[in-house]
Amino acid sequence: MSSSTTAIPSLADVAQQSAESGAADTPTKVDVDALSFFYGEKQALEGVSLSIPANQVTAFIGPSGCGKSTFLRTLNRMNDIIPRTRVVGKVAIDGDDIYAPGTDVVELRRRVGMVFQKSNPFPKSIYENIAYGLRINGMAGARSELDDRVESSLQAAALWDEVSDRLRESALALSGGQQQRLCIARALAVQPEVLLMDEPASALDPIATQRIEELVYQLKSKYTIVIVTHNMQQAARVSDRTAVFWLGKLVEYDKTSQIFTAPSEKLTEDYVTGRFG
Amino acid sequence: MASERRDRIERLIERGLQACAGLSVLVTAGILVVLLVETLQFFREVSPFEFLFGTVWTPLFLQKSFGVLPLVGGTLLVSFIAMSVAGPAGLLTAIYLSEYAPSRVRRVVKPVLEVLAGVPTVVYGYFALLFVTPLLQQLIPGLSGFNALSPGLVMGIMILPMVSSLSEDALHGVPRGLREAAYALGATKMQTTVRVVLPAALSGISAAGILAVSRAIGETMIVTIAAGQQPRLTANPLVPIETMTAYIVQVSLGDTPTGTLAYRTIFAVGMLLFVSTFLLNLVSNWLRERFREEYA
Repeated sequence: MSSSTTAIPSLADVAQQSAESGAADTPTKVDVDALSFFYGEKQALEGVSLSIPANQVTAFIGPSGCGKSTFLRTLNRMNDIIPRTRVVGKVAIDGDDIYAPGTDVVELRRRVGMVFQKSNPFPKSIYENIAYGLRINGMAGARSELDDRVESSLQAAALWDEVSDRLRESALALSGGQQQRLCIARALAVQPEVLLMDEPASALDPIATQRIEELVYQLKSKYTIVIVTHNMQQAARVSDRTAVFWLGKLVEYDKTSQIFTAPSEKLTEDYVTGRFG
Repeated sequence: MASERRDRIERLIERGLQACAGLSVLVTAGILVVLLVETLQFFREVSPFEFLFGTVWTPLFLQKSFGVLPLVGGTLLVSFIAMSVAGPAGLLTAIYLSEYAPSRVRRVVKPVLEVLAGVPTVVYGYFALLFVTPLLQQLIPGLSGFNALSPGLVMGIMILPMVSSLSEDALHGVPRGLREAAYALGATKMQTTVRVVLPAALSGISAAGILAVSRAIGETMIVTIAAGQQPRLTANPLVPIETMTAYIVQVSLGDTPTGTLAYRTIFAVGMLLFVSTFLLNLVSNWLRERFREEYA
């Protein structure tokens, strides 16, 4: 396979560019205050506080097991389905604490969509994969409306042109990269405000990865995007802000350009320069 | 020297193991050959057409008639009743255990269910005859002492653990990622279970169901004890009937002289039984393979 299409820019170049594009501060979408998380007795996150701005891409980086995925999953209460887990602290979306008693978790998860590390399309047709979320959320409406929403979701995920003539075929017949874009389309269909992406490209080849990254860049005008990645170049390429995690703690959180060119923590510098990780 | 000796022992062990494996294959093949030969002998005297489509089964009477349909009908009736119990109850149990029960409950309930599968079938047979039938007779006046209903219900209880255990395996085998995907879209637990997990496990669940049907068709003791010995082509579960398996028992135990045509009927019936359960097992295996491929 030819990889000549993707000349990976140096970190400094990218940082320079994103600094020029001016990650202007936008209103806070997600505000996390002193969040700790426990799997049984084991503490996975220790007092993490950060604010995620709306309509920007925020990347979480750090070595394996540093808590970045766990943290991501606290933002739509996905960890609730794991038994014997416990959350302390506050996560507010648009000012409302999502762990407050009486929170409608189902509605929360509709507002905060998620794309997983391993693409997980339902073993149904391409069309039904998109339509499922619309149906369970009572957003299906008339047939023609459903058709329109399926089409617009697939277009938003840059998949429509590749699948428009085979919507009734099984989603499992798609390539890995297409499956992951289908999962993105599925998440977008229910019109979330925030999109969480847990290493969405880690299982994909470079070309498929590039398409996902382009997509992330396009989507941020409409959505607040949080992406976990173990790939520092990816964080540098797609994100406006970057948070560095280490052993369950937030080490540093700043503009991506700052993190990659002039980090204030020694640990960050060691990590982004590949001295450990 | 020592190494030569070691090699010889290794070869000996290998040969011994080969012989063990070969023996079981040979015995199975031998049974099949006997079954086939006797069946062919039978069909020399009775046309397969008469056997398969005749509606009267009286090979032990003076007026001999060799239509196997009453036995097939009796078998299907009892199996149908059994599956009406074991199918829904087994599936619901599986859904509860896999999706709703805390892992603590599952760890206790699943082995208990599997122990139920180890109860000797003769116990179930007497349970049907001496407990369930009298109970049903109080509810349904005119229920015969031997009938299809009571052994059918008890057989349903007998195969329920098999259905629930295999279905639970299928549900449990659905990747967690699919459940998470549904939850992440704002699905409730029930929406996730009914519209994502169940369809995804369908081939595995069907495999479990078909295997259970195969088990029901081949089940012998319960129906021999509690269903009666009257070959009768009927859909009425309240009267005595006879299944293929019970007929084979009846002839094997009775005073039918060996080598006679009446005696050979049990090989023909046995062949039919073998072919049908064999085909069902094949379909079940095929479905299970497909399930495995989907989530490899």
